[in-house]
Amino acid sequence: MDVAIVGLGLHPFGRSPTMSGLEQGAAAARAAMADAGTDFKSMQFAFGGSQDGGNADSLVNLLGLTGLQFTNVANGCATGGSSLNAAYSAIKSGQYDVGLVVGFDKHDRGAFNPQPAEWGLDDWYGETGLMLTTQYFGMKIQRYMHDHNISRDTLIRVAEKAFRNGSITPTAWRKTALSWEEIDNAPMVSEPLNKYMFCSPAEGGCALVVCRADIAERFHPRPVYLKTAVVRSRNYGSFEVFSPSQAPEVADSPTVTASRAAFELAGVGPQDIDVAQLQDTEVGAEIMHMAENGFCEHGEQEKWLAEGVTEIGGRLPVNTDGGCLANGEPVGASGLRQVHEICMQLRGEAGARQVPNEPKVGYTHVYGAPGISGVNILAR
Amino acid sequence: MSEAKPLHQGLFTWPDASPSLLGSRCNHCGECAFPFQSSCRACSGTDTEETSLGNTGTLWTWTIQSFMPKSPYRTDETPETFSPYGVGYVELPCGLKIESRLRENTPDTLRIGMPMELEIVRVRADDEGNDLLTFQFKASGGDH
Repeated sequence: MDVAIVGLGLHPFGRSPTMSGLEQGAAAARAAMADAGTDFKSMQFAFGGSQDGGNADSLVNLLGLTGLQFTNVANGCATGGSSLNAAYSAIKSGQYDVGLVVGFDKHDRGAFNPQPAEWGLDDWYGETGLMLTTQYFGMKIQRYMHDHNISRDTLIRVAEKAFRNGSITPTAWRKTALSWEEIDNAPMVSEPLNKYMFCSPAEGGCALVVCRADIAERFHPRPVYLKTAVVRSRNYGSFEVFSPSQAPEVADSPTVTASRAAFELAGVGPQDIDVAQLQDTEVGAEIMHMAENGFCEHGEQEKWLAEGVTEIGGRLPVNTDGGCLANGEPVGASGLRQVHEICMQLRGEAGARQVPNEPKVGYTHVYGAPGISGVNILAR
Repeated sequence: MSEAKPLHQGLFTWPDASPSLLGSRCNHCGECAFPFQSSCRACSGTDTEETSLGNTGTLWTWTIQSFMPKSPYRTDETPETFSPYGVGYVELPCGLKIESRLRENTPDTLRIGMPMELEIVRVRADDEGNDLLTFQFKASGGDH
């Protein structure tokens, strides 16, 4: 049985000072169910997750105590991807016909505040100043720029594109386009990445109604089919955050393994993808993920960005809603926002940021600590 | 009487006139790890032993921590006295790369491939006034 996405709901990312994380999740869930012309009583199951916004299954206090199977998912930045993966399996197996996937979050301002013990590390690692994700991102792109001749101009181009796309996305957090000079001259955070090259933790909610493909049109006239949902963790040797040492041989990242598996399962290749969402925690991530997901060769990004290949009108539009850079990253919701945006594009409902020529196949990729990737391939 | 001692035992030889990093070596597949691991991440084996990892290498990648980190960072510094520090991975002769603070802290003093050497530096004082020490790398011969 194939799996369809028939309801899309998003509570705008950014800051919602009057709403709890759970309330933002509930708003997204209600919007998704309304989009599918259905209600919470009809949901047979739910998978949901949030890092800092509360237990997802507490949403029943807001949505109704209907007795459904509600499973909390906690998988770091891949929480949304893992929730969708679980829903995919639940329908694919024949266990259920229709259900809800929901993610939300409400993070404090500023960078995340990880504790060494939660990551299997001793206190010295944090106390001596090595426990910052920003350092890892700086060091990974620094090495990548050295190995593959990527220039700083390319970093700036990715940031420019993100905020330009954000400026035409009504639900984005950062809706102001930034000039080359503004990005170029921003305060440095972690060499070579400056303030406008990083996304920030934020708030927001996102939800999807998923169902058996054969009943999809009962819910929505333009269903989007989830061809595959894959999640992978790191192999030995992958260069990951919070690693006091790195193996002699650098292995493929979990993005590479998840991407390969997803293309194989979906029976399509990178050349078939019309629009993509690639994890852009910072600009270097988007650059590296273009190649790690198989869309270009390592180093080719320099040319692709200069030629505008990943712009909305380009051959492979990437992060058409501004991605994490313009939307911020409420961890539990972020991976689902990517799927939401691809569905909007495939349904032809993306407004000013609509990719031309009626895109048919879309791709989402989420990546996060401590080395986990989720890839979804979607088609109409 | 106060004495200088490692912030965390087992990361490097101490006291030692020429301290070396300490890690583990898997007796099954031979992979090294830092810090000491009782099980091997490469082969899942559980037979490892402590090994010296030496005190020299080359810079594999780097960045600069330009602002004072919040907790769990814990030194005697204040935002006023904080000075930026380099962070990098240093590739040892065995190929293992060690994440480390770097003495050099400006882009013009850091270059991928530059030779590096270990040094032991003070982090803060403990409640009894003893200096607590950790490792970092600096440019070889770099006592500037």
